[in-house]
Amino acid sequence: MTRHLVVVSAGLSSPSSTRILADQLAAAVEERLVGRGEDVRIEVIELREHARALADNLLTGFPSGALAQAVQAVAQADAVIAVTPVFSASYSGLFKTFFDVLEPGALEGKPVLMGATAGTARHSLVLEHALRPLFSYLKATPVPTGVFAASEDFGSNGASEQGSRLAARVDRAAAELVALLDGPSARADVPPARKLQGSTEFDPEAADFVSFDQLLGG
Amino acid sequence: MQLGIFTVGDVTPDPTNGTTPTEYEKIKNTIILAKKAEEIGLDVFATAEHHNPPFASPGNPPILLSAIAAQTEKLIVSTATTLITTNDPVRLAEDYAYLQHVSDGRMDLMLGRGNTGPVYPWFGKDIRDGIPLAIENYDLLHRLWREDVVNWEGKYRTPLQGFTSTPRPLDGVPPFVWHGSIRSPEIAEQAAYYGNGFFANHIFWPASHTEQMVRLYRQRFEHYGHGDADQAIVGLGGQFFMRRNSQDAVREYRPYFDVSPVYGHGPSLEDFSSQTPLTVGSPQQVLERTLGFRDYVGDYQRQLFLVDHSGLPIKTVLEQMDLLGEILPDLRAGFAEGRPAHIPDAPTHGARVAAAGGAHDATVYAGADAATGSRAEDAR
Repeated sequence: MTRHLVVVSAGLSSPSSTRILADQLAAAVEERLVGRGEDVRIEVIELREHARALADNLLTGFPSGALAQAVQAVAQADAVIAVTPVFSASYSGLFKTFFDVLEPGALEGKPVLMGATAGTARHSLVLEHALRPLFSYLKATPVPTGVFAASEDFGSNGASEQGSRLAARVDRAAAELVALLDGPSARADVPPARKLQGSTEFDPEAADFVSFDQLLGG
Repeated sequence: MQLGIFTVGDVTPDPTNGTTPTEYEKIKNTIILAKKAEEIGLDVFATAEHHNPPFASPGNPPILLSAIAAQTEKLIVSTATTLITTNDPVRLAEDYAYLQHVSDGRMDLMLGRGNTGPVYPWFGKDIRDGIPLAIENYDLLHRLWREDVVNWEGKYRTPLQGFTSTPRPLDGVPPFVWHGSIRSPEIAEQAAYYGNGFFANHIFWPASHTEQMVRLYRQRFEHYGHGDADQAIVGLGGQFFMRRNSQDAVREYRPYFDVSPVYGHGPSLEDFSSQTPLTVGSPQQVLERTLGFRDYVGDYQRQLFLVDHSGLPIKTVLEQMDLLGEILPDLRAGFAEGRPAHIPDAPTHGARVAAAGGAHDATVYAGADAATGSRAEDAR
């Protein structure tokens, strides 16, 4: 079985941090699916390439050329990864316009992994106050974890605290998307959000216990 | 095959010089345009119905169509469209039957839902009921022309008890009805159900969309037993701008296209021309493109062109008509070429009367009481 994954990126620059986050999310989903023997076909839609066609669509009422193919790809996808930069406290107009021109019902029941990027982490709740209501309205099934990445997440490498936290969020969101693809009851592969039961925080012998020496000395 | 023009009646500034016709000028120009249509040998003139600026098309099309019928001899007058949603179907039955008599049967009508939301509440309706209104209202209209006495109860107008719509259809044959649509499959289904004509707007959307709509209509026409799919009655819109030299056509038309009320400020002239049936070029290009419409809808019955919109001056519009007149013989010959004998012609009053076994006068002569079977005091 081949899973058809469509990535929608509303980043405007090249390279764009929005696209980088989108690629990370797609790669994480692909890794999980391939890891269990499934084929994955990933199609990336850069909305920048459809900017004029989107404006035209608002006026003419129909998508033309390559935009028509992009709209169809989303409608036929098994799951969608949608990533936008934050503009003026919300998704970008370009991002919204693309979802405005989809046929009604195009996203119904479709798992959607949401991502957003911004210069500062102060925008991180944009996923919850802007993107999630949008996809709920469109009757998509947004995964519980949306992934927000600020400049500081990209500014640090993967081994650092910030970088590994982003990687962990990406991995968690990918696991949730795969679980949604399997159906509502398949949640076994989703890593727990926080270690409460069986936590090693109180075990001084555990490998990840941080002693005061370490806290003091770094 | 019937060829003709349809007008939306927009009073739009000419973007090249800023002048805007008065309503009087636009209305008179519309009549001039219709007479020109007959003069160059077209078969059909159809008017839109509007209830708001910037339009000077009639709120009640039979007023304009009666005037045109009085000043022409062969032209079929029609609508593109009259609103089956917000008009009372009783008034439609009366007005268009009257027009049928006035024009000696040189008329038909195309029904639409209207293209603007605000029009619904002006007439006490709700746009969310657009499709149900179109379905219920037409079903009543259909009966009013076929049953002398109608008892009816529905959702959207007051019930009718023993009602006779007058005048009765000319020669006992109701006007032919087309159902017009841009994108509602329900309307294609409605046209198929009754065996009426289906007119695809065609000019605003890609050909692939029109192809799907017409295919659905044809399939369902056959399903409901009105004939084979390729015998369904199909009409298409179209639009062009012609000059002898195609570059001149593009140069002259572009300023009108770029600020056009419908698609202006959007796609380029070139993009829109490739995405929709719009053809801006030489008469030969318009001829070839138009004859190509059959490739995706099959042999069809009526082709209407939009020629007088977006602020084009009447002088230019009449020049367009002259050019259309020049390619008309080739258009007719092209449409006739390879057309199988079993494909019906576009319906005309004469043909429909003949098919009904000849004319019979349908006048209801009786006094009102006897016709309705009741007296005013019975209603108390």
